[in-house]
Amino acid sequence: MTSIHQLNYVLQLADNALILGHRISEWTGHGPILEQDIAITNTALDHLGQARSLYQYAAELYNQLPAEIQEEVFSSPAFLNHKQPVTEDTLAYLRDAWDFRNVLLVEQDNGDWAYTIARSFFYDNYSVLLYTALRDSKDATIAAVAEKSLKEALYHRRWSSEWVIRLGDGTGESKDRMQEAIQARWEYTGELFEISDADKVMLEAGTGADLAGIRSQWLTQVAEVLGEATLEMPSADAWMQTGGKAGKHSEHLGYILAEMQYMQRAYPGMEW
Amino acid sequence: MNNEWPLWEIFIRSKTGLDHKHVGSLHAVDAAMAIENARDVYTRRMEGVSIWAVESKYIHASNPDDAGELYDPANDKVYRHPTFYELPIELKHM
Repeated sequence: MTSIHQLNYVLQLADNALILGHRISEWTGHGPILEQDIAITNTALDHLGQARSLYQYAAELYNQLPAEIQEEVFSSPAFLNHKQPVTEDTLAYLRDAWDFRNVLLVEQDNGDWAYTIARSFFYDNYSVLLYTALRDSKDATIAAVAEKSLKEALYHRRWSSEWVIRLGDGTGESKDRMQEAIQARWEYTGELFEISDADKVMLEAGTGADLAGIRSQWLTQVAEVLGEATLEMPSADAWMQTGGKAGKHSEHLGYILAEMQYMQRAYPGMEW
Repeated sequence: MNNEWPLWEIFIRSKTGLDHKHVGSLHAVDAAMAIENARDVYTRRMEGVSIWAVESKYIHASNPDDAGELYDPANDKVYRHPTFYELPIELKHM
């Protein structure tokens, strides 16, 4: 039976993929060299593809909910005024920032190349572990998306890890800048492992992933790469930012949505 | 100082059993990055199952100015083609 937790769980996954994909896509045409421009654009499209599969499923789940429950899920006016059955596009384009469940990490700005790499590096290590676990989900759709996404995530992790090593174990300047980015983005990594109501219910149902277990593996993997990169690893017990999973976002998400949603808000239902 | 990354020649095998074919060149700081860049630039539409990367400076090429002495002498040596044998009718694919 469809529950609000199942929907929220799928949305957490979908929103992470969409927002990170959008952020990364901002590099298109601005990459440091043509080859890396194409590499990062490919990655953005991978994230967008994952987001689409997940939103299609989320829309299906939403449409199955009883009307009185549907009303509780979102409070974005444009979404509520939309009377047709919900689709992937409704979810992506008509929700306001507070209805997004993505973690704060993925909405952080690109900064320089090192900041972009640090954000991806933290996320890619997480998504490989998460999708590995979700392949065994009792929810067949989640398991299938995880199976397909894992291959992409493995390549993303390889790409971002190699950049961390290359810059960390590179010149004096590249090392300083990579270290600064690792330090600056670190406070957003705690939320990846924060257990929301949806995470809790889905884990108990055998459909979600065990984030506590994933956290310890993540710390080990990240430490290994940072060690090879001769970079310092911030403390695992450091103070961490929180809020994204509960819809409390940083200022950045509003700007992302303004750009991403503008066309559908100004010209509803527009296609090209 | 030259800040350009080295140039690499990329060869792709489109499917198992076929040979690697030259598809173009790209910049990368080392062999590992050259292969990854090749993956992203040249195999994003399912073009290949294997990649070779060779740093361009290791490719030695013949000089176009020597074309005359290198290739023209083969021009009138038709007997080098195995076209003077009579093939049995049963052989259809020669």
